[in-house]
Amino acid sequence: MSEVAPKIAVLVFPGSNDDRDAAWALTALGAESRIVWHAERELPEVDAVVLPGGFSYGDYLRCGAIARFSPAMRAVSSFAAEGGLVLGICNGFQILCEAGLLPGVLRLNASLEFVCADVPVVVERADTPFTSRCEPGQELTIPVKHGEGCYHASADLEHEQIVFRYARGENPNGSEQDIAGVMNVDGNVLGLMPHPEHAVDPLLGSGDGALVLASLVDAARERLYARA
Amino acid sequence: MRATVLVRPKAGILDPQGKAVESSLRQLGFAVGEARVGRVIDLDVEASTAEEARGAIERMCEGLLANPLIESYEIEVGK
Repeated sequence: MSEVAPKIAVLVFPGSNDDRDAAWALTALGAESRIVWHAERELPEVDAVVLPGGFSYGDYLRCGAIARFSPAMRAVSSFAAEGGLVLGICNGFQILCEAGLLPGVLRLNASLEFVCADVPVVVERADTPFTSRCEPGQELTIPVKHGEGCYHASADLEHEQIVFRYARGENPNGSEQDIAGVMNVDGNVLGLMPHPEHAVDPLLGSGDGALVLASLVDAARERLYARA
Repeated sequence: MRATVLVRPKAGILDPQGKAVESSLRQLGFAVGEARVGRVIDLDVEASTAEEARGAIERMCEGLLANPLIESYEIEVGK
Protein backbone atom coordinates (compact mmCIF):
# COMPACT_ATOMS: atom_id res chain seq x y z
CA MET A 1 0.00 0.00 0.00
CA SER A 2 1.45 3.34 -0.94
CA GLU A 3 1.53 5.75 1.96
CA VAL A 4 -0.31 9.03 1.94
CA ALA A 5 1.90 12.13 1.83
CA PRO A 6 1.38 14.40 4.84
CA LYS A 7 1.51 18.12 4.16
CA ILE A 8 4.31 20.09 5.76
CA ALA A 9 4.59 23.88 5.56
CA VAL A 10 8.03 25.44 5.14
CA LEU A 11 7.99 29.10 6.13
CA VAL A 12 9.99 31.63 4.16
CA PHE A 13 11.12 34.90 5.73
CA PRO A 14 13.06 37.62 3.94
CA GLY A 15 16.59 36.24 4.33
CA SER A 16 15.69 32.56 4.71
CA ASN A 17 18.01 30.51 2.53
CA ASP A 18 17.48 26.86 3.42
CA ASP A 19 13.76 26.79 2.66
CA ARG A 20 14.10 25.04 -0.68
CA ASP A 21 16.55 22.49 0.70
CA ALA A 22 14.13 21.73 3.53
CA ALA A 23 11.20 21.43 1.12
CA TRP A 24 13.25 19.22 -1.20
CA ALA A 25 14.33 16.93 1.66
CA LEU A 26 10.79 16.62 3.06
CA THR A 27 9.45 15.78 -0.40
CA ALA A 28 12.20 13.21 -0.92
CA LEU A 29 11.17 11.62 2.39
CA GLY A 30 7.53 11.27 1.42
CA ALA A 31 5.87 14.53 2.45
CA GLU A 32 4.19 17.19 0.37
CA SER A 33 5.92 20.50 1.06
CA ARG A 34 4.04 23.78 1.05
CA ILE A 35 6.13 26.93 0.89
CA VAL A 36 4.48 29.65 3.00
CA TRP A 37 5.53 33.31 2.77
CA HIS A 38 5.98 35.05 6.12
CA ALA A 39 3.32 37.67 5.33
CA GLU A 40 0.56 35.02 5.24
CA ARG A 41 -1.79 35.39 8.18
CA GLU A 42 -2.96 31.81 8.05
CA LEU A 43 -1.27 28.50 7.45
CA PRO A 44 -2.69 26.19 4.78
CA GLU A 45 -4.07 22.92 6.16
CA VAL A 46 -0.86 21.14 7.12
CA ASP A 47 0.26 18.38 9.47
CA ALA A 48 3.54 20.02 10.51
CA VAL A 49 5.51 23.25 10.09
CA VAL A 50 9.23 23.71 9.47
CA LEU A 51 11.04 26.99 10.08
CA PRO A 52 14.15 26.82 7.91
CA GLY A 53 17.65 28.18 8.30
CA GLY A 54 18.94 31.47 6.99
CA PHE A 55 19.28 35.02 8.18
CA SER A 56 15.73 36.30 8.53
CA TYR A 57 15.62 40.10 8.46
CA GLY A 58 19.40 40.13 8.24
CA ASP A 59 19.63 38.90 11.84
CA TYR A 60 19.19 42.55 12.80
CA LEU A 61 19.01 43.38 16.52
CA ARG A 62 19.22 39.72 17.60
CA CYS A 63 18.84 36.67 15.39
CA GLY A 64 15.16 35.74 15.16
CA ALA A 65 14.03 38.83 17.09
CA ILE A 66 12.26 40.49 14.16
CA ALA A 67 10.98 37.38 12.38
CA ARG A 68 8.95 36.40 15.42
CA PHE A 69 6.61 39.32 14.68
CA SER A 70 5.79 38.08 11.17
CA PRO A 71 2.07 37.47 10.60
CA ALA A 72 2.83 33.83 9.78
CA MET A 73 4.52 33.40 13.15
CA ARG A 74 1.27 34.25 14.93
CA ALA A 75 -0.33 31.43 12.97
CA VAL A 76 2.57 29.13 13.91
CA SER A 77 2.13 30.01 17.60
CA SER A 78 -1.57 29.10 17.44
CA PHE A 79 -0.72 25.92 15.50
CA ALA A 80 1.83 24.96 18.19
CA ALA A 81 -0.58 25.84 21.02
CA GLU A 82 -3.06 23.37 19.54
CA GLY A 83 -0.40 20.66 19.62
CA GLY A 84 0.80 21.04 16.01
CA LEU A 85 4.29 19.77 15.17
CA VAL A 86 6.84 22.54 14.63
CA LEU A 87 10.50 22.01 13.76
CA GLY A 88 12.95 24.94 13.72
CA ILE A 89 16.32 24.47 12.09
CA CYS A 90 19.17 26.90 12.84
CA ASN A 91 17.60 30.35 12.24
CA GLY A 92 14.26 28.60 12.75
CA PHE A 93 15.48 27.50 16.20
CA GLN A 94 16.56 31.07 16.96
CA ILE A 95 13.12 32.38 15.93
CA LEU A 96 11.31 29.81 18.11
CA CYS A 97 13.42 30.86 21.11
CA GLU A 98 12.76 34.56 20.54
CA ALA A 99 9.06 33.81 20.08
CA GLY A 100 8.99 32.06 23.45
CA LEU A 101 7.90 28.76 21.90
CA LEU A 102 11.17 27.22 23.12
CA PRO A 103 13.17 28.05 26.23
CA GLY A 104 16.54 29.79 26.12
CA VAL A 105 18.31 31.87 23.51
CA LEU A 106 21.07 31.46 20.92
CA ARG A 107 24.03 33.80 21.12
CA LEU A 108 27.26 34.56 19.30
CA ASN A 109 29.51 31.51 19.08
CA ALA A 110 32.02 31.55 21.93
CA SER A 111 34.82 31.51 19.32
CA LEU A 112 33.30 34.60 17.62
CA GLU A 113 33.80 32.69 14.38
CA PHE A 114 31.24 31.38 11.93
CA VAL A 115 31.42 27.60 12.05
CA CYS A 116 30.72 25.36 9.07
CA ALA A 117 31.43 21.69 9.68
CA ASP A 118 30.01 18.21 9.95
CA VAL A 119 29.54 17.51 13.65
CA PRO A 120 28.68 14.40 15.63
CA VAL A 121 25.32 14.89 17.35
CA VAL A 122 24.06 12.52 20.04
CA VAL A 123 20.36 11.66 20.23
CA GLU A 124 19.40 12.11 23.89
CA ARG A 125 15.77 11.22 23.33
CA ALA A 126 14.47 8.87 20.68
CA ASP A 127 10.89 8.98 21.96
CA THR A 128 9.87 12.26 20.31
CA PRO A 129 7.99 12.94 17.06
CA PHE A 130 11.30 14.23 15.66
CA THR A 131 13.56 11.30 16.58
CA SER A 132 11.41 8.16 16.47
CA ARG A 133 13.60 6.67 13.74
CA CYS A 134 16.75 7.11 15.87
CA GLU A 135 18.12 4.98 18.68
CA PRO A 136 18.72 6.53 22.12
CA GLY A 137 22.38 7.52 22.31
CA GLN A 138 22.83 7.21 18.56
CA GLU A 139 25.50 9.47 17.10
CA LEU A 140 24.42 11.28 13.93
CA THR A 141 26.71 13.21 11.61
CA ILE A 142 24.95 16.43 10.64
CA PRO A 143 26.43 19.73 9.40
CA VAL A 144 26.23 23.00 11.30
CA LYS A 145 26.74 26.41 9.71
CA HIS A 146 26.14 29.36 11.96
CA GLY A 147 27.66 32.33 13.73
CA GLU A 148 25.13 32.42 16.55
CA GLY A 149 24.54 28.94 17.86
CA CYS A 150 25.76 29.19 21.44
CA TYR A 151 22.76 28.01 23.43
CA HIS A 152 22.05 29.74 26.72
CA ALA A 153 19.44 27.85 28.70
CA SER A 154 16.74 29.54 30.72
CA ALA A 155 16.52 28.52 34.39
CA ASP A 156 13.37 26.50 33.76
CA LEU A 157 14.89 24.17 31.15
CA GLU A 158 14.15 20.59 32.18
CA HIS A 159 16.65 17.83 31.49
CA GLU A 160 13.93 15.98 29.56
CA GLN A 161 13.73 18.84 27.04
CA ILE A 162 17.25 18.23 25.75
CA VAL A 163 16.86 16.13 22.61
CA PHE A 164 20.27 16.55 20.93
CA ARG A 165 23.75 17.25 22.27
CA TYR A 166 27.04 17.67 20.46
CA ALA A 167 29.26 14.67 21.16
CA ARG A 168 31.69 15.17 24.02
CA GLY A 169 34.59 17.39 22.94
CA GLU A 170 32.85 18.30 19.66
CA ASN A 171 30.85 21.35 20.76
CA PRO A 172 31.29 23.78 17.83
CA ASN A 173 29.92 26.96 19.44
CA GLY A 174 30.25 26.91 23.22
CA SER A 175 26.63 25.89 23.90
CA GLU A 176 25.83 25.25 27.55
CA GLN A 177 25.74 21.54 28.40
CA ASP A 178 26.72 20.81 24.75
CA ILE A 179 23.07 21.39 23.82
CA ALA A 180 22.35 21.12 20.08
CA GLY A 181 18.56 20.85 20.19
CA VAL A 182 15.70 21.28 22.66
CA MET A 183 11.96 20.78 22.63
CA ASN A 184 9.10 22.35 24.55
CA VAL A 185 7.59 20.64 27.59
CA ASP A 186 4.64 19.37 25.54
CA GLY A 187 7.03 17.73 23.08
CA ASN A 188 5.52 19.12 19.86
CA VAL A 189 8.01 21.93 19.15
CA LEU A 190 11.70 21.23 18.54
CA GLY A 191 14.60 23.44 17.56
CA LEU A 192 18.13 22.42 16.63
CA MET A 193 21.20 24.15 15.22
CA PRO A 194 22.48 21.27 13.01
CA HIS A 195 20.90 21.04 9.55
CA PRO A 196 19.23 17.65 8.99
CA GLU A 197 18.02 18.83 5.56
CA HIS A 198 21.64 19.04 4.44
CA ALA A 199 22.29 15.44 5.40
CA VAL A 200 19.68 13.36 3.63
CA ASP A 201 21.89 11.86 0.93
CA PRO A 202 25.09 9.91 1.73
CA LEU A 203 26.47 11.24 -1.56
CA LEU A 204 26.78 14.63 0.16
CA GLY A 205 28.64 13.29 3.18
CA SER A 206 25.94 11.93 5.46
CA GLY A 207 22.40 10.64 5.29
CA ASP A 208 21.82 10.85 9.04
CA GLY A 209 19.67 13.96 8.89
CA ALA A 210 17.06 11.90 7.04
CA LEU A 211 16.40 10.01 10.29
CA VAL A 212 15.25 13.26 11.90
CA LEU A 213 13.16 14.52 8.99
CA ALA A 214 11.68 11.08 8.26
CA SER A 215 10.63 10.86 11.92
CA LEU A 216 8.82 14.17 11.45
CA VAL A 217 7.19 12.93 8.24
CA ASP A 218 6.03 9.77 10.10
CA ALA A 219 4.59 11.86 12.93
CA ALA A 220 2.92 14.25 10.48
CA ARG A 221 1.36 11.28 8.68
CA GLU A 222 -0.06 10.02 11.99
CA ARG A 223 -1.60 13.45 12.51
CA LEU A 224 -3.06 13.28 9.02
CA TYR A 225 -4.65 9.88 9.72
CA ALA A 226 -5.97 11.15 13.05
CA ARG A 227 -7.56 14.11 11.24
CA ALA A 228 -9.11 11.96 8.53
CA MET B 1 11.40 63.39 22.40
CA ARG B 2 14.90 62.02 22.04
CA ALA B 3 15.82 58.99 24.05
CA THR B 4 18.65 56.50 24.23
CA VAL B 5 18.47 52.87 25.23
CA LEU B 6 21.60 51.10 26.42
CA VAL B 7 21.39 47.32 26.15
CA ARG B 8 24.05 45.32 27.96
CA PRO B 9 24.84 41.65 28.42
CA LYS B 10 23.74 40.79 31.96
CA ALA B 11 26.39 40.23 34.60
CA GLY B 12 27.54 36.64 34.57
CA ILE B 13 26.56 36.12 30.93
CA LEU B 14 29.53 35.14 28.78
CA ASP B 15 30.37 38.00 26.41
CA PRO B 16 32.80 36.75 23.76
CA GLN B 17 32.83 40.14 21.98
CA GLY B 18 33.84 41.84 25.21
CA LYS B 19 36.57 39.26 25.75
CA ALA B 20 37.95 39.89 22.25
CA VAL B 21 37.91 43.68 22.76
CA GLU B 22 39.57 43.24 26.13
CA SER B 23 42.44 41.16 24.82
CA SER B 24 42.93 43.46 21.80
CA LEU B 25 43.16 46.49 24.10
CA ARG B 26 45.76 44.68 26.21
CA GLN B 27 47.74 43.84 23.09
CA LEU B 28 47.76 47.58 22.30
CA GLY B 29 49.34 48.15 25.70
CA PHE B 30 46.30 49.50 27.54
CA ALA B 31 45.83 48.36 31.10
CA VAL B 32 42.17 47.30 31.09
CA GLY B 33 40.21 44.98 33.30
CA GLU B 34 36.96 43.61 31.96
CA ALA B 35 35.39 44.92 28.76
CA ARG B 36 31.74 44.20 27.91
CA VAL B 37 30.08 45.03 24.59
CA GLY B 38 26.46 46.11 24.39
CA ARG B 39 24.25 48.08 22.04
CA VAL B 40 23.03 51.68 21.83
CA ILE B 41 19.63 52.50 20.34
CA ASP B 42 18.76 56.16 19.78
CA LEU B 43 15.05 56.81 19.47
CA ASP B 44 12.76 59.67 18.65
CA VAL B 45 9.60 59.01 20.67
CA GLU B 46 6.28 60.78 20.44
CA ALA B 47 5.39 61.61 24.03
CA SER B 48 4.31 64.70 25.93
CA THR B 49 6.22 63.94 29.12
CA ALA B 50 9.46 62.16 29.96
CA GLU B 51 7.50 59.66 32.09
CA GLU B 52 5.24 58.81 29.18
CA ALA B 53 8.26 58.31 26.93
CA ARG B 54 9.99 56.16 29.53
CA GLY B 55 6.92 53.96 29.95
CA ALA B 56 6.64 53.44 26.20
CA ILE B 57 10.34 52.64 25.88
CA GLU B 58 10.16 50.14 28.72
CA ARG B 59 7.47 48.29 26.78
CA MET B 60 9.67 48.45 23.66
CA CYS B 61 12.56 46.95 25.62
CA GLU B 62 10.47 44.14 27.06
CA GLY B 63 8.88 43.37 23.71
CA LEU B 64 11.76 43.72 21.30
CA LEU B 65 14.84 45.79 22.07
CA ALA B 66 16.29 43.52 24.76
CA ASN B 67 16.06 39.83 25.54
CA PRO B 68 15.51 39.77 29.32
CA LEU B 69 17.11 36.34 29.55
CA ILE B 70 20.56 37.66 28.69
CA GLU B 71 20.36 41.45 28.50
CA SER B 72 19.66 44.36 30.85
CA TYR B 73 18.68 47.81 29.63
CA GLU B 74 18.93 51.38 30.74
CA ILE B 75 16.77 54.22 29.40
CA GLU B 76 17.91 57.81 29.11
CA VAL B 77 15.22 60.30 28.10
CA GLY B 78 16.61 63.49 26.58
CA LYS B 79 15.80 66.97 27.83
